[in-house]
Amino acid sequence: MTTLNATTSFDRREFLKATGVLAIGFSMYGLTGPAGAATLRAPKSVAKEAIDSWLMIGPDDRITVFSGKVDLGTGTRTALAQLAAEELDVRFERIEMVMGDTATTPDQWLTAANLTIFQGGGELRRAAASARRALVERASQKLGVPASDLFVSDGVVRVKSNPSRSVRYGELIGDGLKLEVDPKVPLKQSTEYKVIGKSIPRVDIPGKMTGEFVYVQDVRLPGMLHARVIRPDDPGARLASFDDSAARKVTGFVQTVRKGDFLAVVTRSEWGAVKAARAIQATWTPGPGLPDQATVFETWRKMPVAKEELTQNVGNAQAALDGSAKRVKATYDFAIQTHATIGPSCAVADFKDGKLTIWTSSQATHSMQHELVAITGLARDAIRLVFVEGAGCYGRNGTEDAAADAALISTVIGKPVRVQWSRADETARAPKSPPRTMDMEAGLDAQGNVVAWSGDFYIALNQIVAFKPLDFPLLAATETGVPRPGNWVGFLFQNSGQPYQFANVRVNTRHIGGHIFRSSHLRSPGRIENSFGNESFMDELAAAANADPAEYRLRYLKDPRAIDVVQAAMKLAGWQARPGPNPGAGSGPVAKGRGISYLRYNNAITYVAAVAEVEVNRTTGEISVARICVSHDCGEMVNPDGVKNQVEGGVMQTVSRTLMETVTWERNKVTSVDWATYPIMRFTQAPKVEVALIDRPGTPAWGAGEPTACAIPAAIANAVFDATGVRLRSLPFTPDKVKAALAKGPTRA
Amino acid sequence: MASYTLKVNGKRRVVDVDADTPVLYVLRDNLALRGPRFGCGLAQCGSCTVLLNGNPIRSCSVPVSAVKDGAITTLEGLGTVAKPSKLQQAFIDEQAAQCGYCVNGMIMTAAALLAKNPTPSEPEIRGALAGNLCRCGTHHRIVAAIKRAATA
Repeated sequence: MTTLNATTSFDRREFLKATGVLAIGFSMYGLTGPAGAATLRAPKSVAKEAIDSWLMIGPDDRITVFSGKVDLGTGTRTALAQLAAEELDVRFERIEMVMGDTATTPDQWLTAANLTIFQGGGELRRAAASARRALVERASQKLGVPASDLFVSDGVVRVKSNPSRSVRYGELIGDGLKLEVDPKVPLKQSTEYKVIGKSIPRVDIPGKMTGEFVYVQDVRLPGMLHARVIRPDDPGARLASFDDSAARKVTGFVQTVRKGDFLAVVTRSEWGAVKAARAIQATWTPGPGLPDQATVFETWRKMPVAKEELTQNVGNAQAALDGSAKRVKATYDFAIQTHATIGPSCAVADFKDGKLTIWTSSQATHSMQHELVAITGLARDAIRLVFVEGAGCYGRNGTEDAAADAALISTVIGKPVRVQWSRADETARAPKSPPRTMDMEAGLDAQGNVVAWSGDFYIALNQIVAFKPLDFPLLAATETGVPRPGNWVGFLFQNSGQPYQFANVRVNTRHIGGHIFRSSHLRSPGRIENSFGNESFMDELAAAANADPAEYRLRYLKDPRAIDVVQAAMKLAGWQARPGPNPGAGSGPVAKGRGISYLRYNNAITYVAAVAEVEVNRTTGEISVARICVSHDCGEMVNPDGVKNQVEGGVMQTVSRTLMETVTWERNKVTSVDWATYPIMRFTQAPKVEVALIDRPGTPAWGAGEPTACAIPAAIANAVFDATGVRLRSLPFTPDKVKAALAKGPTRA
Repeated sequence: MASYTLKVNGKRRVVDVDADTPVLYVLRDNLALRGPRFGCGLAQCGSCTVLLNGNPIRSCSVPVSAVKDGAITTLEGLGTVAKPSKLQQAFIDEQAAQCGYCVNGMIMTAAALLAKNPTPSEPEIRGALAGNLCRCGTHHRIVAAIKRAATA
């Protein structure tokens, strides 16, 4: 095992000097032109079976790679290019990436579920390796030399015995390879890697630091108009009437668009659209009303269950519970949260000559083609979506809604239109994560060993099916009378099963068919809530057994990689074995503690462990997270610094979600509308983060975008217990909840 | 509509807009600049930050009529990919971004900080950025980049 510590082993400045990535700047702009004028590539084959769908080699040896997976700000534009360069045997700098264009890239399904590198990268690698093999075979014929006597160096096929005899890829490609991807094509061995495993600086970052990078918010078309959609504060309200007489007086007003409950204003300038949206008077018929926020988890667990499924069933948990020496029970709740994207969603649509083109930061361009058929009435092949990066989305935020808004307005008015959502649109009206409650019970023997583990998880029923398009209830669909019921939330059962070797286990999931808010997947759907429950409860059992919580976990882990990752986090944090609570927490107002958590993502891929160090102010109830140490094993790392960036981001974002984030509402109104009413963590609150990356060259490369987030809530909750002897079982851990818990006194397991 | 002459990144620019148009919209929609970004329109997040006479302002909430003859500097005014400023280079060296949407505000705020305080402490850096929000969680790379620029 190789452990790379927090300091990156690869000096970026040296790399830039060596490769001239900065000077080339080839693919850092999604689009080019002074104002982001969008130029479209010619449509081409997108069939996944065809090698030519995945890559094009120009006569100048430039290589364009077509990826259905997109870069959501995580650096996959760079990492996927590394995979292609490796298999093609070309320098990284020669690869240009095209991502998420339904007319030119294969459909690789959503950019979601931690799958971009593992699934998306795997598909791309096999295509690139198939291409390389075909090019070498062509070279063999051309040079009259067996393929086994040839080698490839930066896209030039050379004769081993006489390297000056050579032929370039650009000379071999002709009008394409016209071959299918071989799903069993041999891939490079880790010992042969030249590009994989290097922390190549991200190609998008220089342009993002200077304003040259083009976000979807920057896309401009000739004659483009601006629109805003007017929506009610009450999620279920219907449009009764409107009066646009004041809006018509706004400079550059063009028209109002109404279709059913969908209401938009169209103007010549963006500021005009903002003013017209404020000026229009809409009257809404109230919706059915929202449940009382104070009792939302009781409401949630009483809602009708559509189905139940056991996700783990080993031995006989009930009999073992009944026969145990000590029984421990706890219930955990996880609040409704939102993606809280920094840049509100935006899209540009152009309906012309019966064809609709949409520039969007969607993580689901191909799915959206299907979803927009119902809204626009156009045929699927008349709808093209082109991905352009936006602000980070962390799941399905408002991006797809904004794309549908722009698509609908443009098809109605027949002109190019840009829809920029407001802050309130994004915070209040984008989809939310569903609520979550979890009942846990375990039995211990007289020595404190776990003899039975039982869990009931109240999760939202999920309509998403892997590798199928979604029928998401986009706002523009619902408002125009296109019914799209259900929860499109992701695989929420994942990680409900716990990762330890217990003799008797029963884990049940209760799938609730209804919803409180329109719901979607939010990093990392299901796994973050389930791991909060499981890893908090495991900590409660360690305390009940009077055991060190790290040692107690290791007692029940048999997988060497699981043990490695837990021990790596302990080492990084300087973990001292002792039972909690912390005898040295301090008697003053500030109590100090540490907590650990561990999970394996989906109980099948990436391993992660986290140690949190917190200070709890007993007077104010404020939790300060001082330091978080994470160890992370996602198998082979394509770009270690990219992995580290994702791990660090997963920590920071989840500290915010754990300490302060919950959507708030009243009977007929979402009251989280901006950064004052949905606060997120500030620089002054950000913890120190240390990361130990465990590299496993030659093993499958798993995702790194989501696992870390899942480890953070329980690590913090367990650290608060260590500091105070009090369990926090309802996330977020706001000061009022902390004070209330402290007032009740120590939690007895 | 009225005509305004603005000094932006050292050049005089004339725009015809409503007096209440926020500077952000003028820069983005009339002058085709991309550095300043729309995040909230409420002066809460900092994505739209530009310098007005060297001081960071929230361009989403300052009307164009209030600028008068002030000098505006945007992210583009600091440097380019071909020739980045020391601060921009430090952000590149630290790979201090994920989506990068907020980073305009971080760089512009830091540029103003470093102009007044060339060697800020870490608490001073964090304090200066307390009004800038980052959602991807790139906080400590951003702090490291500003430290790097301060010591380079």
